[in-house]
Amino acid sequence: MSGTTNPLLLALIATAVVATVLLRRSDAPWARSVKAYLVLSVFVIGMRVFFQMLLGAGTGETVLFTLPQIPLPDWAAGIQLGGAVTAEGLVNTLYDALRLAVMLVCVGAANALANPRQALRSVPAALYEASVAVVIALSVAPQLIESAQRVRKARRLRGDQARGLRALGAIVMPVLADAIERSMSLAAGMESRGFARTRGLPVRGTLPLMLAGSLVATCGVFLLLSTDHRLLSVLLLLGGVAAVLLGLRRAEATLRVTRHRPHPWGSRDTLIALSGVFAALIVFSAGGDWGIGWLMASDVLHPSTDPLVWPELTPLMLVVVALVLAPLPLTRVRPPQATTSLRNDTRVRSLRPRPEREPELVAR
Amino acid sequence: MITFDRVRVTYPGATRPTLSDVSFDLPEGDLCLVVGSTGSGKSTLLGAVNGLVPHFTGGTLAGRVLVDARDTAHHRPRDLADVVGYVGQDPLRGFVTDTVEDEIAYGMEQLGIDPVAMRKRVEETLDLMGIADLRRRPLVDLSGGQQQRVAIAAVLAAQPRVLVLDEPTSALDPTAAQDVLSAIATLVHEVGLTVLLAEHRLERVMQAADSMLWLPGDGSVVHGSPRAVLAGATITPPLAALARAAGWDEVPLSVREARRRALAEDLRPTPPPRVPVAAGPSALTASDVEVRFGEIVAVSGVSLELAERSVTALLGRNGAGKSSLLWALQGALSCGGDIAIGGRDPRRLGAAQARRLVALVPQTATDLLYLPTVAAECDQADAESDAEPGTTAGLLRTLGVDVPGDRDPRDLSEGQRLALVLAIQLAARPPVLLLDEPTRGLDYNAKAELRHIVDRLAGTGVAVLISTHDVEFAAAVSRRTLLMADGEIIADGDTLGLLTSSPAYAPQMAKVFAPIPVLTPDDVARGLR
Repeated sequence: MSGTTNPLLLALIATAVVATVLLRRSDAPWARSVKAYLVLSVFVIGMRVFFQMLLGAGTGETVLFTLPQIPLPDWAAGIQLGGAVTAEGLVNTLYDALRLAVMLVCVGAANALANPRQALRSVPAALYEASVAVVIALSVAPQLIESAQRVRKARRLRGDQARGLRALGAIVMPVLADAIERSMSLAAGMESRGFARTRGLPVRGTLPLMLAGSLVATCGVFLLLSTDHRLLSVLLLLGGVAAVLLGLRRAEATLRVTRHRPHPWGSRDTLIALSGVFAALIVFSAGGDWGIGWLMASDVLHPSTDPLVWPELTPLMLVVVALVLAPLPLTRVRPPQATTSLRNDTRVRSLRPRPEREPELVAR
Repeated sequence: MITFDRVRVTYPGATRPTLSDVSFDLPEGDLCLVVGSTGSGKSTLLGAVNGLVPHFTGGTLAGRVLVDARDTAHHRPRDLADVVGYVGQDPLRGFVTDTVEDEIAYGMEQLGIDPVAMRKRVEETLDLMGIADLRRRPLVDLSGGQQQRVAIAAVLAAQPRVLVLDEPTSALDPTAAQDVLSAIATLVHEVGLTVLLAEHRLERVMQAADSMLWLPGDGSVVHGSPRAVLAGATITPPLAALARAAGWDEVPLSVREARRRALAEDLRPTPPPRVPVAAGPSALTASDVEVRFGEIVAVSGVSLELAERSVTALLGRNGAGKSSLLWALQGALSCGGDIAIGGRDPRRLGAAQARRLVALVPQTATDLLYLPTVAAECDQADAESDAEPGTTAGLLRTLGVDVPGDRDPRDLSEGQRLALVLAIQLAARPPVLLLDEPTRGLDYNAKAELRHIVDRLAGTGVAVLISTHDVEFAAAVSRRTLLMADGEIIADGDTLGLLTSSPAYAPQMAKVFAPIPVLTPDDVARGLR
């Protein structure tokens, strides 16, 4: 079992991640999602604890309090509603839920910091069409919301107060028609600007190669996580990845699309990426049979809950937290851009507030 | 450069071809205007130049279209991307990326141009269109005029020889439109591009045109010099109407030309009498209306009164607060201040009650339509307004639109759709009518039609307030004009006095005959009699 359930380490990592996000996020729409992920994490912890109290057959001896027990019919044997709530059971659940919550926070942080379009620019050329589709899908969502708002406002003008299905039709119809018109003109624009013009015929066998490669890699990951055949699983994983890379290369050769100002990968980017890799490596390999397991004992990463002990905090954990915070000194906040008149368009956009732009994250 | 050889375009399900037997030859370096009323096939003609018709739109194309000696039958639009740059009506809808620089680079990325050369071309293009300071801005944050210039820059970066623009200014205010049009003129004169430009409001471009393609609407195309085409065409920009009124055989193409001729012939129309702004019983009274969006004050402390039976024009640049004021007066936008229509405040009533006091036709009028047929829309409107069944359909007929009830509203022409929305809104018999940019996308005939409709409505007692960018339309339709800037009403007076005294907002006739105060070719015709 990898990872950690040490609540001190988890709490420190979560705090470090949130701090990094808050200090380095931009004002872009996707950057606001971190709050939603935090709420979700708290919700996850709350739900786990609630169900543990309600259903968890009390393991351990330290009874905190006892809920009234509800007798269930015979067919529900094995399920116990209510009963004694023990500190051991509760803490065990809390640790487990905390781990899930921190994972959610990390996903939210990645979401908040990365511009999805910017990220898609780094997609290999072979997946170019797919990435274009994703980019367009990303831009459609806010457009849909905008036209839905516009139509909703316009409906007030008609005084139609219908609710339910009728009202839905009244909003969905114009919004959909608008969306279809939009995508048609976008498609016309892309076509007349030469989209997919240099796409040649794919080399035969590329697709089967990539499919087989990803299948083998998936098997490797599965084995790695679920069994002890480490050597076999690593070999499978490497072989699969190699096959996929080869397939991508072959597919790339048929597409001659160039990139304008590709983001140069500098030493700073390497450092930031490495800090993340090292943090993961330390936690992942610690407590295992090999690697640097001797640095951190298993019972430090997974504090015992039965009997209850106070979790330990070792210096190595602080190193992990420091690595999580490493991007802060490595990047800087871009000064706010000068914006001219904010509401100078005929569109209905002018009717609603527009936030000022705020600093963006850039590598120096 | 562009050759059409006996081209016929037929769309599936159409009873007659959209273009039939069209032949013309456009030399390199020409600025050619494509004119014609809506639905006459302008977009089809323009789309045929880069092969969007029929490769993208469907339909069949007989005959040959040659662009730079490439036949569109064998070249898809994407294969012509390095020869023809195509810019549509709404730039925002054609943008593929999200920032200015990326958008300009997009076309070149597709052509596989070397990154070093691409970097240089992006810089050149930014300078050429004068948008270097916008380079990192998100496209959605730009104004309409800036967006359109970015859209043109984006196709120019691929260094095409031909530029095709389908009504690039229809969504812009006059200043922004002028920006875009002068950028286009620069491209013709400095870069030597061949430009094909469709434009409804000829008055702003016809002096720059080398030739004109007129689509009368029957599928044929008339190609010739602007003077020759305008003399015969049914489209009448103000200067053509002036030529008719004055009995000139040749249409002057610019205000300067018309003014010289009028001076030479000592043409002095008697100015129309100055009627003071009608002080009838007031239909709408508003005081200290204030609209805020967060930090931004869109309308600050506007007070106005609209008299019954009056038509008032509301002018001002984009973002001056015109739309916000109209929405606030309708009660659909929360605002400070007092609004009273017949002693009642539309903000305190439900939506269904408010529209019986004051109706608003918004800029995107089609947002109000959602049913599959015209008849269904009319019935729904009757139900919404508690009107007798058939009221809306009857109104639609009196507005001069007679379409079969089973037509889909989205298949109607721009003018017919506007009339349908107008009929829906009028079914509630409101004493006050607010129109937000109603002339967008309308051709000269549809605008004249709209003017008659507004006149008739005012005759029945309705107070009409029209926000518009179209000075010629405002001059023809209104007696009173309000000028808005920065959320305030900065001028309020009779249209004749206000428009003839302002150089920025003077209609063409006022410029031709200054200092004689005339506004429209009709004024001139009457004054010359």
